[in-house]
Amino acid sequence: MKISFPHMGASHMAFRMLIEELGHECVVPPRPSARTLSLGTQYAPEFACLPLKILLGTYLEVLAEGADTIITTGGVGPCRAGLYAPIHYEILESLGYDCQMIVLEPPKYNWLDFINKLRIIKGRKSWWFLGRAIKRGWEKIKAFDDLERTLHRVRPRELERGASTAAYLQGLRIIDSAFETEEIVAARQAALDHLRAVPQDHERLVPRVGLIGEIYVLLEPAANLDIELMLGEMGVEVHRSIFLTGWTMDNAVRDNAGIKHGALIKEAAAEYMPEMIGGHGQDSIGHTILYAQEGFDGVIQLAPFTCIPEIVARSIMPAVSRDYDIPVLTFFLDEQTGVAGMRTRLEAFVDLLRRRRAEVKTA
Amino acid sequence: MARVGIPRALAYYTYFPVWKAFLEGIGASVVLSRPTTRQILDRGVEDAVTDACVPIKIIHGHVADLIGKVDYLFVPRLVSVRDRLVFCPKFLGLPDMIRYSITNLPQLIDIRVDLRKGRLELWRIACRVGRILGAGLPRTAKAYWAARSAWKELQARLQARQTAPEAFAEMCGVKTGAEKAAQTGPKSLRFAVLGYPYAIHDPYVSGNLVARLQSLGVEVVTADMLPRQILRQQSKHVRKQLFWTYSDEALRAGYYFYEHGGVDGVIHITAFSCGPDAVVDKLLELEAKRRGTIPFISLMIDEHTGDAGIATRLEAFSDMVRRRKERRRVS
Repeated sequence: MKISFPHMGASHMAFRMLIEELGHECVVPPRPSARTLSLGTQYAPEFACLPLKILLGTYLEVLAEGADTIITTGGVGPCRAGLYAPIHYEILESLGYDCQMIVLEPPKYNWLDFINKLRIIKGRKSWWFLGRAIKRGWEKIKAFDDLERTLHRVRPRELERGASTAAYLQGLRIIDSAFETEEIVAARQAALDHLRAVPQDHERLVPRVGLIGEIYVLLEPAANLDIELMLGEMGVEVHRSIFLTGWTMDNAVRDNAGIKHGALIKEAAAEYMPEMIGGHGQDSIGHTILYAQEGFDGVIQLAPFTCIPEIVARSIMPAVSRDYDIPVLTFFLDEQTGVAGMRTRLEAFVDLLRRRRAEVKTA
Repeated sequence: MARVGIPRALAYYTYFPVWKAFLEGIGASVVLSRPTTRQILDRGVEDAVTDACVPIKIIHGHVADLIGKVDYLFVPRLVSVRDRLVFCPKFLGLPDMIRYSITNLPQLIDIRVDLRKGRLELWRIACRVGRILGAGLPRTAKAYWAARSAWKELQARLQARQTAPEAFAEMCGVKTGAEKAAQTGPKSLRFAVLGYPYAIHDPYVSGNLVARLQSLGVEVVTADMLPRQILRQQSKHVRKQLFWTYSDEALRAGYYFYEHGGVDGVIHITAFSCGPDAVVDKLLELEAKRRGTIPFISLMIDEHTGDAGIATRLEAFSDMVRRRKERRRVS
């Protein structure tokens, strides 16, 4: 099997290791580009959300490179993401592609189906072998997440613009070249040390911003126009509400297992939105409240254009923002979103945050 | 007597006779918002979040229209009424959106309707509404049965090919605000009009679609006219069950018509930026291409939909279908 999968942040390095270890060929998905998006936009429904279009574009790119199997995730709704796979499949079929699509549905709802699909993926290797390989892959993703978290803290304080990004990229390579679990743990430490060694100004006044919203546009820098990089270089510390490891534990294995205060988020949101409306709508409200309580300076909501749960969250957001006195900026992203427009709005928002800080200080 | 307001939008187009029978049964007087007008739509656009679809904006306008005229506002949180299906996330968050977008609201009856909880859940919901409006148990029970028979009557009328607004008019005397069909003679074509009842049947937003088709000599069939068993049988075509009640219904009805024929054309009405419809519309389009038997058109509505645009496309589509049909008869 020549296997491929959707691109999401740095996770492809871990997935590639896993797939190759199981004896398959891996077609590594390229970082989504303008070409990916235009391919996806051409064949996807007009009002499909951005992730659906990017994924479709990615599939078309990897199929052209010879992939014959795509592994992706399902879902149970009511967010549309759970229906991506059948839609993608039907579109690819209508374009004449003949590929196999393995859709991993969350095992907490149907263990048997999950096991059967793993059986296809594992091929002739033993279950024990698969278990170890997954554990190593998981370890890698955790290392990537930790590295990213540290990057978010270091970048706004770096003395030389771009130094931390370079150190981060090198850190990724260090982790990517590790294989055994102990090696990965050591590589993680080396990468973190390397990143922390970037010269920093610890006296700098750094506003802290929470990043909330839909998972794909949060985790894939190509989908959010590298907003974290932009904010970091404006001297803002970013705290992202979702990381792949935490989210997977929470949604696929058991409720509230991965996120430290998963229950807390829902509890915080309950006053404004008592209903789980799918996607990350309720989480967005809950996170905003928690960020306000933790003393963050502002919150930025990222969502794909036409994303239903985030639209509901967005319409409640002004009340939350007023009640908890925290500025919230929302971006609905689509194929038309441009870097310059986003930068302008971010600069204005960051100016506002700095001025609020100054006012608090003088008052 | 408590005045309970019902916005003429969204689930109104599916449940109004039932709600009316129940609410009047427990002694409330039902106040319906006026049919959609430019003012109502504009007010909705003002209050609702920019990225919402037009039906959601419209309900905001209808809610605003009822302020000051009623003591309670009936906007139940519809979660699930059938199988494991849920409503669109915007329905799930509707009471919250309204509460935080519009000021000076009367008390909301935003009761949660989730019938996955068991057979008696609907009765429990009825009791809760009864308690809010101060009705005793016997009265609630009587109103509950009245509502049930209203539901049965409505279904019978729909299956006899009455459209929802026609049924509402005869059952409750509601004026739709739609222009009457100019030609009421025999119909030479039959179209399936798929989409959400609140998009098809709101004459303002759909550009008088149903009446217009009828004037063109077209009989209109909608998904809610098909008996439930027929829709259920379509599972064989569904690769993965859709999550949303109305969307699932539209898709299944589409599959049914493509398999069994009986209609000359299929029209899918979809709202600009509707999330679930991005899925439904694509699946219907692909099915139409695959079968290649019945012409398919997808019409999009938004807050700027003009009568003329809709009229032109409906005329073109029905002309094309009619010519195609005649050519077939000749050959």
